[in-house]
This record gives sequence, C-alpha cells and structure tokens, in this order.
Amino acid sequence: MIRWIFISVLSLGVIGTAVWGYQEHQEKNAILIQAENNYQRAFHDLSYQMDLLHDKIGTVLAMNSQKQLSPQLAEIWRLTSEAHNDVGQLPLTLMPFNKTEEFLSNIGTFSYRTAVRDLTKKPLSKEEEQTLNKLYEQSGEIKKELRKVQYMVLNDQLRWMDVQLALATEDKSDNKIIDGFKTVEKQVEGYEEANLGPTFTGVSSKEKPYQNVTGEKLSKEQVIQKAKDVFSIPEKAKMNVTKSGDGADVPTYSLSYEGKNKRGYMDMTVQGGHPLSILVSRDVKDAQFSLYDGMKEAEKFLQKHQYDNMEAYQTTQYDQVGVYSFLYVQDDVRVYPDSVQVKVALDNGDIIGLSAKNYFMNHQERDIPKPALSEEEAREFVSPKVHLQEHHLAIIENDLKEEVLVYEFVGTMGDNTYRIFINAEDGIEEKVERLKQSEMKFGQNT
Amino acid sequence: MKSIRIIHLLMMVFVISVSVTSTHPQLTQAFSQQVVQQGATGDDVIELQARLQYIGYYNGKIDGVFGWGTYWALRNFQYEYGLEVDGLLGREAKKKLVKATQYDEQYVKQQIQSGKDFKYYGGTWKKQNQPKETEQQNKQNNKQAEQSGATAVNVPAGYSQNDIQLMANAVHGEARGEPYEGQVAVAAVILNRVESASFPNTVSGVIFEPRAFTAVADGQIWLTPNETSKKAVVDALNGWDPSGQAIYYFNPETATSSWIWSRPQIKKIGKHIFAK
Repeated sequence: MIRWIFISVLSLGVIGTAVWGYQEHQEKNAILIQAENNYQRAFHDLSYQMDLLHDKIGTVLAMNSQKQLSPQLAEIWRLTSEAHNDVGQLPLTLMPFNKTEEFLSNIGTFSYRTAVRDLTKKPLSKEEEQTLNKLYEQSGEIKKELRKVQYMVLNDQLRWMDVQLALATEDKSDNKIIDGFKTVEKQVEGYEEANLGPTFTGVSSKEKPYQNVTGEKLSKEQVIQKAKDVFSIPEKAKMNVTKSGDGADVPTYSLSYEGKNKRGYMDMTVQGGHPLSILVSRDVKDAQFSLYDGMKEAEKFLQKHQYDNMEAYQTTQYDQVGVYSFLYVQDDVRVYPDSVQVKVALDNGDIIGLSAKNYFMNHQERDIPKPALSEEEAREFVSPKVHLQEHHLAIIENDLKEEVLVYEFVGTMGDNTYRIFINAEDGIEEKVERLKQSEMKFGQNT
Repeated sequence: MKSIRIIHLLMMVFVISVSVTSTHPQLTQAFSQQVVQQGATGDDVIELQARLQYIGYYNGKIDGVFGWGTYWALRNFQYEYGLEVDGLLGREAKKKLVKATQYDEQYVKQQIQSGKDFKYYGGTWKKQNQPKETEQQNKQNNKQAEQSGATAVNVPAGYSQNDIQLMANAVHGEARGEPYEGQVAVAAVILNRVESASFPNTVSGVIFEPRAFTAVADGQIWLTPNETSKKAVVDALNGWDPSGQAIYYFNPETATSSWIWSRPQIKKIGKHIFAK
C-alpha cells in the first residue's frame, strides 16, 4: 500500500516536472524566435535599403533638371541613415564592419551637403558628378554582395542567432553570414578615399591634430612636479603615473592619486606638460559659494595657468557644483572652438575639474579678417520674428567643420531664447540654436 | 513736552502691537548676500523670480532655476530702474527689487510644493492667501519647502534627465567599482560612438546595439545606478573625456574577442583598456 502511494506521488512528480520543463522549453523557444526575427528584419531591411540606395543614385545620374535633384539627394541621405540604423541593430559590433558603415555615412554627408546647396545657383561640379558615378558603381557592388548573402540566408535557412554565437565563442568554423559580410567589408576597403576625389573626404573620420601643444618633452618626475602646481595633492597620497599607448592622439601622462575621501585624476601632455583634463571626485558639502563666486575662482585658476583672455559664456549649477564654459576672446571676437570647461566645488571653491581638450586642439592666434557685412547688415538676415538682445562677433565651426567668422545674435521669440549665427561674409545663416538650460523635474508632484 | 512723550509712547505701543498681532509672514524677506547669476539654482532664484513676477517682468514658471527667461526679465528690470544691465543680481539690483516688490516666501513655496500652476502678480496673490493656517501647518509646509524648493533642474544642452538616467544605467552596469575617471571614460566612449560614423547616431542606439556592451547583454544595465554614475555621465556630457577619444574599451581579463586586441590602445584606467 505504502509502496503504491510512494510510486504514484513520485510519478506525479515526474509528470509535473516534465510538463514544467516542456513549458519552459516552449517559452525559451518563443523568445529565441523573437530575437531571431528582430535580426532578420534588420538584415532584410538593410539589403532592401542598399538596393534602393543604388537605384536612387542611378536616377540622380540621369537627371537633368537641378530643381529635381535636391529632393532626390535628400532621399539618398535618408536611405543611408536608415541603412546605418539597420546595421546598428545587427550583432556585428565586434566584427570588422566599420569601413562599410563609414562608407554609408560618407554617402550621407555627401548627399546632405549637395542637397542643402542651392543647385540652381551652384550646380554639381564635374568632380561631384564623377563622385556620384563612382558611388553608383560601388553601392552596386555592395548591394550585389548583400543580396547574395540574403539569398543564402533564405535558401539555407541560416540563422542570425548562430552568427551571434559564432562571434561570441570565436568559432573558427565557417559561418556563411559572417563570411558574406567580410566580403562586403573587403570590397569597401578597396575604395580608397583618394579615388573618390576631394569632394568626398569623410568629415567624420578625419581627426584633428592637437595643434597647440608646445614645449619640451617632460619626464615622469617633471610631470609629477608640475602636477603639484595644478592641483593640491594630499601629502601622503601615492601618485600613480602611466604613459599613454600608441592609440592616443597626443602622448599623455595619466596621473592619479587616492586620498582620504578624495580621488584625483589628471591627463597631462608629455610635451610641455599641459593639463588636458582634470577630475577630482569627492563629496561636496553644502554650498558656501554662489555660482558667481565659483566663477571668480575658475577665472583665477585659468589666469594662473596662462589661459589668457578667456570669457565665461555658460555657467550652470548642478547641486553643489558649478560648471563653467569659457571661450577664448581675440580682439573682441569670441572663438567658440577654443573652449575650456572648469568645474568648481561650491563648498570651498576648489577647482575639481578641467577639460581643455578643445583648447589644445584648436587654439592658435588667428588672422581674423574684417567682416564684410556690418552688424546692421547682418541683422537683416535674421528672422524679423526674433527680438534681438545681444550681439557679438564670433568664430564658430560650421556644418562642414570649417571655421567661419560670424555675427552671433542672441534673441527671444515668445518664451524661447535663440542663438543665431550669421556669416559675416555673405549673410548665410550658419546655425540657429534654441537655448535651453533646465528641465522640469519629472515625477515630483504626482 | 509731556504730550509729545505720550504720543511717542503710544506710537511705540502701537508699533509693537502691530508687529505682534501681524498675521502676515515677513514680507520683506530679503535675499542672501550672494550675487546670483544665470545658471544658478536655489532659494535666491525662487525669490528673484517671484519678485520679478510681482511687478510683471517675469511671466514664466517660478521653478528655482535661473534660466534665460529669468535672465531677460532681470535685464529688463535693470534697464527700467536705471541700473547697469548685466543680468547679474548684485547688491544694487537686490535693493531696488526689494523696495519695489513684496515677497511672501511661505505662500510661494506652498504653491510650488502643491505643484499647481500659479502666478505671483502683485495685487492678486493676497486674495488667494486669505485662508489662514495654524502655526503647525505652516511649519510643516516650511520644512517641506526647504527640502525641495526648485521644481526644475539644469541639464546639459540637448539632453534630458531621462537620457542621463539611461546612460547612468549603462555606466553603472559596465563600470561600477571602477575609479571615478573610469566611469566618466565609459560614458565618454558612449558619446564618442554617437559621434562616430561607424556607430548608431543616438545614445540609446549605441547602448542597445547588439553585442556592444556586456552589461546590456546580461541585464546588469537594469540595476539601479548610484549617484556617482550619474555625476560621471553629467561630466561626460559637459565635455570631459578621460578616455582620450576612445571608441572601444575592454577588460583584458574577460575579453573574448581577439579582434579587440588589434585596436590601437590609448590607456588603461582601472580594469579597462581604452582603444581607438
């Protein structure tokens, strides 16, 4: 009797486990299929967009009227961004696929630039037409390769989940999808930027050198000595200094120390020992300094370290910390690319942060031309709806990453404040920004 | 002579009795000694906004953050009252402002606390202030008001608190336990990727790119981030980049991809190697 009860309980248990296991299995499968479907959608979308992109470039080539050209170029721009978006949803991150992505975004930049240009006044140049021709060819090849991979995926029922697995475990055995994508990448690597002409130099991939880093090369000891000038290091704190590797844009020493409830970090250039970035992390107590007092401290700090003619253009308080953005002023012209950020703890006025990357990348004494337009003339180019309050001459970097001399107008329309940059040479509206500093706290008054 | 004394005495008694029986809270509650400038937050800003609204210069919300709206209002005030127009609330401007306006701190803070939309124009507020409250209630309200005066916060241009939160989640999941600069560097890598042509163009696109971050893959991103990771994100958004413009980083002890080792390395912070 007891044995029978025991057996039936046990078998009930077994059946229960089996049912539970089956359900778990089903659920897991459902989730896997869902993840797979997401990948599949992104992938098929990508092949479709590339096909469409190729077509569109083809139609642009055959077009005669400049008026029709702009919307088509804008369409190309949109397609590249869609395709780019699709690539971002595929598990390709740790696989060399960047050249293709860069290629896509370069097509985007090229088509954007030409689309926003007034083509009736400044039609496509010979070189640009050649570039388009090349792009047509190359996008055709990419399209072809992608369609091949797509055919394999559909025909052999390849799964993206396997790609993910293969990449995660670095399985050396062949994965057809990965191979296909590698072929695409090889193709693109072949397209040297040089043979696409000067109109197609990728804006985004170009990096600027640090042009304002001067001075003697310093040794480790000299750098430590210099660091002590810049920030106060607690006496017993141990300094840790390392030199940057090959990938660094500019060789630096990274110094850090661990004090009591305090940690400091600084990047200093090997050449000249200029501080590129400082971060001190500690608890900041109740503010004794106002944002204004903090600004005075920041100004003192900048003066002490030979950042001359700096002017604060944005000041912001985050709890008990003031963050100040300064820019360089040369002959009353505000130079936006030469900016420095300073962070001040408002409990005792200590400098707890500096970011001078942009300053050392861009700063130089510039030959600033006389503006061709007067301030009144430039004003004419601003929308009459905006009520202008302030104006300066300024140098900014425009969409094409070139430095241009502009009139900077700050004005209001309704409750909003705008910063408008008008080119001082030809009155082009280079940039319009709506200035926003704060946001209401969400979830406070529920 | 005597009668004058009596009048004096009477006046004094009168003044004292008025000040004792007065049910009005201090109307001339004045600013702190500090100079207040654009970007500031706190009680002085609330008072400034309320006072400017009282005389109709400021029509926006009284939120305790000195934004552009407050800036223009203050400049207009300075212009109209013959002060130097610099948008800074200094001693002179405070004096003139206090003279020209009344400020009922308790009332204003109560209204802010209640979360209702309200305006503080001169003349209208008194009527609304009629219902009297007991001392205790007032005290309580005062306490609450002190805790959370401002209803808005400063955010780096172009980003919302929610974006900061999402990034803080990623930073916390990826780099908690790392030194502070290591956390800022991770946040900076996310932003460098947004800028880079070979990555998605939004913060969420970069964070949720398949296989980009291990903390996203294993769900650690959904741990509740601490204040440090939020501060690190705000620093990165304000331009700090201790990574040296890296777009990759990895932990050499756990990295599974051999390809990642082929990237030119910039530096090591904590456990992470940052690379181009």
